[in-house]
Amino acid sequence: MKALAARRHHPMALLVILLLALVATGGLYAAFQPRVAQAESYSQEDIAAGEALFLANCATCHGRNAEGQTDPDGQTVGPSLIGVGAAAVDFQVGTGRMPMQRSGAQAARKPPQMNEEQTRQLAAYVASLAPGPSVPAEEYLSGGDPVNGGEIFRINCAMCHNAAGAGGALTRGKYAPPVLGLEPKHVYEAMETGPQNMPVFNDASLTAEDKRDVIAYLDQLEDVGSPGGISLGSLGPVTEGLYAWTIILTLLTGCAVWLGAKAK
Amino acid sequence: MKLGAVGGDWLDQRVSGGGFIKFFARKIFPDHWSFMFGEVALYSFVILLITGTFLTMFFDPSMEEVIYNGPYEALQGAHMSRAFESTLEISFEVTGGLLFRQMHHWAALVFMVAIYVHMFRVFFTGAFRKPRELNWLIGFTLMILGMVAGFSGYSLPDDVLSGNGLRIADGLAKSIPVIGTYISFLLFGGEFPGTDIIPRLYTIHILLVPAAILGLIAIHLVLLVLHKHTQYPGPGRSDRNVVGFPLFPVYTAKAGGFFFLVFGVIALISATTSINAVWVYGPYDPSPVSAGSQPDWYMLFTDGGLRLIPGWESTIFGYVFSWNMLIPMMFYGAMLGFLALYPFIEAWVTGDDREHHLLDLPYNTPVRTGLGVAWITVYIVLVLAAANDLLAIALDLSINDLTWLYRILFFVAPVLAFWITKRLCLSLQRQAHQKALHGVETSRIVRTETGDMIEIHEPLNEYDRWVLVQHDDYRPLKAGNGVSSLRAAATSFFFKDSITPASPAELREALEHAGHEKHTIDQLTGGDYRTPAEKAVH
Repeated sequence: MKALAARRHHPMALLVILLLALVATGGLYAAFQPRVAQAESYSQEDIAAGEALFLANCATCHGRNAEGQTDPDGQTVGPSLIGVGAAAVDFQVGTGRMPMQRSGAQAARKPPQMNEEQTRQLAAYVASLAPGPSVPAEEYLSGGDPVNGGEIFRINCAMCHNAAGAGGALTRGKYAPPVLGLEPKHVYEAMETGPQNMPVFNDASLTAEDKRDVIAYLDQLEDVGSPGGISLGSLGPVTEGLYAWTIILTLLTGCAVWLGAKAK
Repeated sequence: MKLGAVGGDWLDQRVSGGGFIKFFARKIFPDHWSFMFGEVALYSFVILLITGTFLTMFFDPSMEEVIYNGPYEALQGAHMSRAFESTLEISFEVTGGLLFRQMHHWAALVFMVAIYVHMFRVFFTGAFRKPRELNWLIGFTLMILGMVAGFSGYSLPDDVLSGNGLRIADGLAKSIPVIGTYISFLLFGGEFPGTDIIPRLYTIHILLVPAAILGLIAIHLVLLVLHKHTQYPGPGRSDRNVVGFPLFPVYTAKAGGFFFLVFGVIALISATTSINAVWVYGPYDPSPVSAGSQPDWYMLFTDGGLRLIPGWESTIFGYVFSWNMLIPMMFYGAMLGFLALYPFIEAWVTGDDREHHLLDLPYNTPVRTGLGVAWITVYIVLVLAAANDLLAIALDLSINDLTWLYRILFFVAPVLAFWITKRLCLSLQRQAHQKALHGVETSRIVRTETGDMIEIHEPLNEYDRWVLVQHDDYRPLKAGNGVSSLRAAATSFFFKDSITPASPAELREALEHAGHEKHTIDQLTGGDYRTPAEKAVH
């Protein structure tokens, strides 16, 4: 201790303290920062295969180096994919949204064009361009708390996706798709990367645990189903009213015609 | 002495029910299916009373905050009002509770559907004419009360969707200039949402409104009996008689059976089809609004106007005037007011002071029918506008384009609907006129020696012809002589291109002509109207 005290006026002392402080802050940040553990590591072969797939299927719109392209009017043809991370690729390609079927307000979900291996290779290539959100680890996909998830869902998600997860309309032909019956990792990735018109819910706004809770809530909604019978698409009073004016009114009119008919 | 006679006499001496029963039991109902929607409304109301009474035994209209601990897992541990919790208890714990809740809600939708269909029937057949104007107003009030009952009822569970509806009611109250804020504070007992609104709505929903509806239904029915029932025109039917079956025994059996049919249909639907799954919307919290948030169908039109109107507002003397709220409200008032006052408007135009018990066929009153269809068209445009988000998804269209389409349709569609309906009615009248005079075309044509073609017409019998010629004929009035220019213009709008029903003179002439034609045809064909091809077969 004495030796240390003797050197405290050393010209380098300040530098040492600064260095220690920096290491401590950085170390603590690295230890506590909320992020998903890297689920997969990609090999050099994956990246190379991904690049080949990318050039064949994606480069037309996103550019040969994934830097994005604009047409002469300045409209985006395909956005830059540098830094979007493996999660974005896994979501867009895994749900069939990319490669895009046709240009329009929004890329629609369709049967995936790439198989799982190809999706992984594409993800590896895009992830190799710059750091970005990675595919979530298994531990964040199940076992969440549906009560907390439900509250988060109603406050943050239901306004576009509908309280029952039946989907909803956005401006100018865009829409929020239905969210029940999806693969948990796609739900997670959607929140993490904010595809299409969806806002990004990164770990600063919804922690990995919160996202897991949302997935648990959606699972629960699906499990419970519709205790009251036919759900009519879970779209609420409009479909209920339509049902009353069509099916029920027809039944009742049928009864009235029957009773009003003269006895033969 | 028979036991029954002793019993009946005993009762009659004490409550003098005999005359009463005689009066009601001999009331005559004409047979027609379109006369039965009022009954559907009545029976739905009875179902609402029965199921509603059941629900009051388990519902707790309290906004006290509790923590849910029931069987619905996704809300265990969530904070909610006692009202919402008791709704969950009814849905998941009370035996038969969910069925009763769904029956109550479906019956409410059916109640309003039946009221509207009944009202349209009365409107398009002119059943609202003297002496039934007051009963039309009572029916109209019942429709408004039905809306109030529905709104106050679906707000009770205190879920997110109903809270959103209350927030709109709060906004509407606050948009009233100068006194709006006070009204809102009075209604909610302070700032929205407060802790008073559910108990207050509960009193309105289970006491005030049902009592008013019940009372008005009673008056509606007493007047119905006093006025006698209307009937469609037909041989032997006039403004001075009613042709049909007596209430007892035929219609008591039919009406009793109909109640059970309505009950059965509503029970069947409620047992198989979900309605208002409040647990999905979650307990009320002022921040979230779900996509696809709409009121029940009978309130949809009020939401439609709010979705269509641009966000206009202005500040006058420091007060904000939210025209985007006030203009739709004023429009709904005008729209409903027109409906309520229509019998008086039409009576003023026609100047008709006679009693009418014989109904109009809708095509014989082209302007009234046109106005009714135009009214329904505006209503439908507003309803579609309220569902613009769901329709955008269903039709794969842009919600912005749809909103513009409805804005245009709101002005154009009713005018088009009026014009098309009126022209269709006039065409049908012309056709009826021709048919009354010349009978039905048989598409069998006879050629004379000179090359003329004559089509064989099958004359109508007198009973069928009567229906086509019995209706009234109104003419436009000229201004002056005690007729104001406004009324002259109104009669011109109503009757300027009306088609006169075939007159007896016209008919005589047509029959004479037909006689000659038949003579010529019979000479040529020998009275055998079969075509050569048919003759060859036989």
